Amino acid sequence: MDKTVNQKAWFLVLPVFLVVAFSAVLPLMTVVNYSMQDTFGNNQFFWNGVGWFKELLDPSTDLGGRFLASLGRNLFFSLVILAIEVPLGIVIALSMPRQGWTVAACLVTLALPLLIPWNVVGTIWQIFGRPDIGLLGYVLNHIGLDYNYVSNDIDAWVTVIVMDVWHWTSLVALLCYAGLKSIPEAYYQAAQIDGASRWAVFKAIQLPKMNRVLLIAVLLRFMDSFMIYTEPFVVTGGGPGNSTTFVSIELVKIALGQFDLGKAAALSLVYNLIILIVCWIFYTVMTNAGVERKVQAEKEPAAEPKPSVALKPVPALKPKEGVA
Amino acid sequence: MARIDLVDLAHSYGGNDAPPETFALKPVTMTWRQGGAYALLGPSGCGKTTLLNVISGIITPSRGKILFDGVDITPLSTQKRNIAQVFQFPVIYDTMTVGQNLAFPLKNRGVPKAEIDKRVAEIGRLLDLEPYLNRKATRLTADAKQKISLGRGLVRSDVAAVLFDEPLTVIDPELKWQLRSKLKALHRELDLTMIYVTHDQTEALTFADTVVVMHDGRVVQSGTPAELFDKPAHTFVGYFIGSPGMNILPAEVKGREARVGGHVIALNRSYDNLPAGAKIEIGVRPEFVDAVAPGPGLLSAKVERIDDLGRIRFARVRVDEAKIAARAPAGFTSSDGNAGLKFDPAHIHVYADSLLVEGAA
Repeated sequence: MDKTVNQKAWFLVLPVFLVVAFSAVLPLMTVVNYSMQDTFGNNQFFWNGVGWFKELLDPSTDLGGRFLASLGRNLFFSLVILAIEVPLGIVIALSMPRQGWTVAACLVTLALPLLIPWNVVGTIWQIFGRPDIGLLGYVLNHIGLDYNYVSNDIDAWVTVIVMDVWHWTSLVALLCYAGLKSIPEAYYQAAQIDGASRWAVFKAIQLPKMNRVLLIAVLLRFMDSFMIYTEPFVVTGGGPGNSTTFVSIELVKIALGQFDLGKAAALSLVYNLIILIVCWIFYTVMTNAGVERKVQAEKEPAAEPKPSVALKPVPALKPKEGVA
Repeated sequence: MARIDLVDLAHSYGGNDAPPETFALKPVTMTWRQGGAYALLGPSGCGKTTLLNVISGIITPSRGKILFDGVDITPLSTQKRNIAQVFQFPVIYDTMTVGQNLAFPLKNRGVPKAEIDKRVAEIGRLLDLEPYLNRKATRLTADAKQKISLGRGLVRSDVAAVLFDEPLTVIDPELKWQLRSKLKALHRELDLTMIYVTHDQTEALTFADTVVVMHDGRVVQSGTPAELFDKPAHTFVGYFIGSPGMNILPAEVKGREARVGGHVIALNRSYDNLPAGAKIEIGVRPEFVDAVAPGPGLLSAKVERIDDLGRIRFARVRVDEAKIAARAPAGFTSSDGNAGLKFDPAHIHVYADSLLVEGAA
């Protein structure tokens, strides 16, 4: 079959190239350009080469110290909220009803926090936690707990974490619920007949069937929490001191507070790179989780004696190379 | 291992107060002996899966009782019933190896490890799963997975019964035959009561000692394959079992004679006390009707076509409105499309309102 050659088709793709150029490539190049220069305002720029990048990775400098400290806080934050939200989401999904009108009620209730804009969530908790007028803060202080997220590091952290759990556990729960719903009823009946305990059913059926949605949930929650800005900014403004200053808050401080465009550009490029790398690792793990098993299965039967009932190995999918 | 008694058992998905004719399973009383191989046979929606799920405890019956060895187990949960069930689609525990899958029902019941290993090895050997015992079960094909499901059903030696819910649906035809023979052999070897649900008569007749035919929520006949073939208790059984099914013809029966469209067919037995007003039919299997050249004393018919099944030929003929299948003896041809039908009186049954009537000698 002859392929029709028509170079004019390129014109049809051109608009996309233009849009991508203006929306992504040009701004990114501008940032790359800034990251190599220093400016003192007045639109005057001085060449600095890779100087900012060197400083960024050197904890002894001001820029490097601030960046690495906020990065550490950010990673710790992501770790804590994952450790809380994933198990909690699973527990919520498991305890949700499987049929009847209560399903719809549960889904709507769970979806509510997800529909609230970030800065509104921040504002809600900012007021909720205030010791003078907030319900939570007032009650806590009234029963004798000295709670004040404005002055106490730990209180600030707890507030930010609880707020994130409140906002995003629903997402994990909904994803897990979808995973649970896809398990055929026969599995539960079989487990019942096999005499499996509740825990055995969870371990042998529910958790394995949920592992893909769980990977997606972990990926989404990690990326989101790693890029978090609005909520902690509204509640604590990064304080007290720098205790809740995450990378994005630090970035905005440098870029808009100090107007250090060069430093901010370098920081945002490194920040971007970290997110890309983590994203790529997750992507590879997720796509290979299913593929590797099939490849192994294809190799194995050759070495084994053919049983009376022939086992045809499932044709293996080729693992995808790199990221799209 | 147990004798199973069903006492006036019935189930409706609409609850006990639903009208009797809407019951998915109409009242049935029946005894299944220890160590037997039973098949529940019937078309889709006849209530056979409902009956199976009632026995396994997945469904609690609306009415009646189930006794295992005389003990009422109706209110007991599935776990406590000591029963094994194999489902239509393979159920595999993904994270476990084949061996662990087989051991799962035993492990959950706290059987000692040595005993588990022994049973798993034995079942693995019987099902030809030995080379796979240490492999992850997810990597296997559908039929191997279904063998694991079968294995999990058979691994417990103390079960009251093993229930199969159309277990060979997902299996390729050629493997189906092998697995069925395997099941039959396992039944002999393990001395378990097995109850097998299917809509495939070949499967039922080759597997079971006793076939229970169900129709519209009712058990219409329970008997050996030979009984079902020779003496169907219900026109449905005659029609459903056998290929082609039994010929059912509306007739007037009086004494030792049946009248079909003015033609008289002799009967071996005498039917004098047929219920008045009932719909009377005679049933005769195609194997006992011969299509021959037309002649006096024969029911004349129009030949529509002749099916050659290799071993045997069947003539598809028409008498007025009724379609009849008849054996076409070697050498039978019909140049003008006319044939005479010769009935074997010993194998003609009389049905009143679809139920078999026993004649007097």
